[in-house]
Amino acid sequence: MSDTGSYERSASGPGEGSFGDYVQLLKPRVMSLVVFTALVGLLVAPVRLHPVEAFSAILFIALGAGASGALNMWWDADIDAVMRRTQARPVPSGRVEPGEALGIGLALSGLSVLMLWLATNLLAAALLAFTIFFYAVIYTMWLKRWTPQNIVIGGAAGAFPPMIGWVAATGSVSLEAVLMFALIFMWTPPHFWALALFINSDYSKAKVPMLTVTHGKKSTRNHILVYTLLLIPVPLWAAMTSIGGPLTLAVAVALNAIFLLGAIIIWRRDEETAQADGYRIEKRFFAFSILYLFLHFGAFLAEAALRPYGFGGW
Amino acid sequence: MALQPTHELHKRRFGRNFGVAGLLLAFVVLVFWLTVVKIQRGEPVQGFDHIPTAERTTDTPAAAGATP
Repeated sequence: MSDTGSYERSASGPGEGSFGDYVQLLKPRVMSLVVFTALVGLLVAPVRLHPVEAFSAILFIALGAGASGALNMWWDADIDAVMRRTQARPVPSGRVEPGEALGIGLALSGLSVLMLWLATNLLAAALLAFTIFFYAVIYTMWLKRWTPQNIVIGGAAGAFPPMIGWVAATGSVSLEAVLMFALIFMWTPPHFWALALFINSDYSKAKVPMLTVTHGKKSTRNHILVYTLLLIPVPLWAAMTSIGGPLTLAVAVALNAIFLLGAIIIWRRDEETAQADGYRIEKRFFAFSILYLFLHFGAFLAEAALRPYGFGGW
Repeated sequence: MALQPTHELHKRRFGRNFGVAGLLLAFVVLVFWLTVVKIQRGEPVQGFDHIPTAERTTDTPAAAGATP
């Protein structure tokens, strides 16, 4: 074997990913949602942080989310390699070694928690540590492969960022922070089950016990409606608190009416009709669910921005 | 086969190292900036090698009896 030969192999071998591959390891799309909701949680809080502290808080919350994403990719590499949607991720595609993903995940977890503590307070850092643990261990390692309720309980991990943002600013948990948590927590099941309805074959192949795989699509449609009904009171309640106001209430009423209508249509549809039109309604419901969450948090933010001018709030 | 002076691998490694260096530099700047903000927002700093101003003006015998 010549040196040149080994050199050429190392060029395409594992552990030689580009900088972008390591960024992909942190799930930047998920991070963008985390940044947005955490920022809203921080900005609607009644206590103002210095801009540098606020920037640091958001940065390290996002970094913590990225760390849990890297740990998720390390553990789920076998599942990701089977599913078409995730095959191109850095670990299953071989551009980043699993050990690297684990190392980066652990290192960034420690760094983000420690830095959030130094930048803000211990409670915010503890919540971030718990979120990383919950997503990486409780959801990824345990719930995801074990129960069709994986999305329901695992949704808590994605629901913590606005609460952490709030706690970073105020130092304590209050009703508003709990309601922002509950909004994302209750929104997650209908959002992901709508997705599962039209990419079911991927979950079947990977043997992930999604509700569509274990209980069928009819049951999933029922679940979407029930969880939508359970979701609706949460944003309406949040709109009545100190982070809400007339604008938030109007937005919440409109968005939840549309969301409920979508859930009812999905509930009434049968599989033949859905397959015939390529899951058009389910795809639209899924896309709208993203807008739903974005607009709710946007309304909280708008309310806080209008308050100094005497418009926002009750 | 001769090695190319600038192989695609070199470019990838350079990009990665450049990115890591940039992130480390940004981290150092952020920690420094955060430290400056924390110190500036803190209580006025007094060394422990002298009697603090408030105590000297209220509690010390000099402060209590010196003034007519």
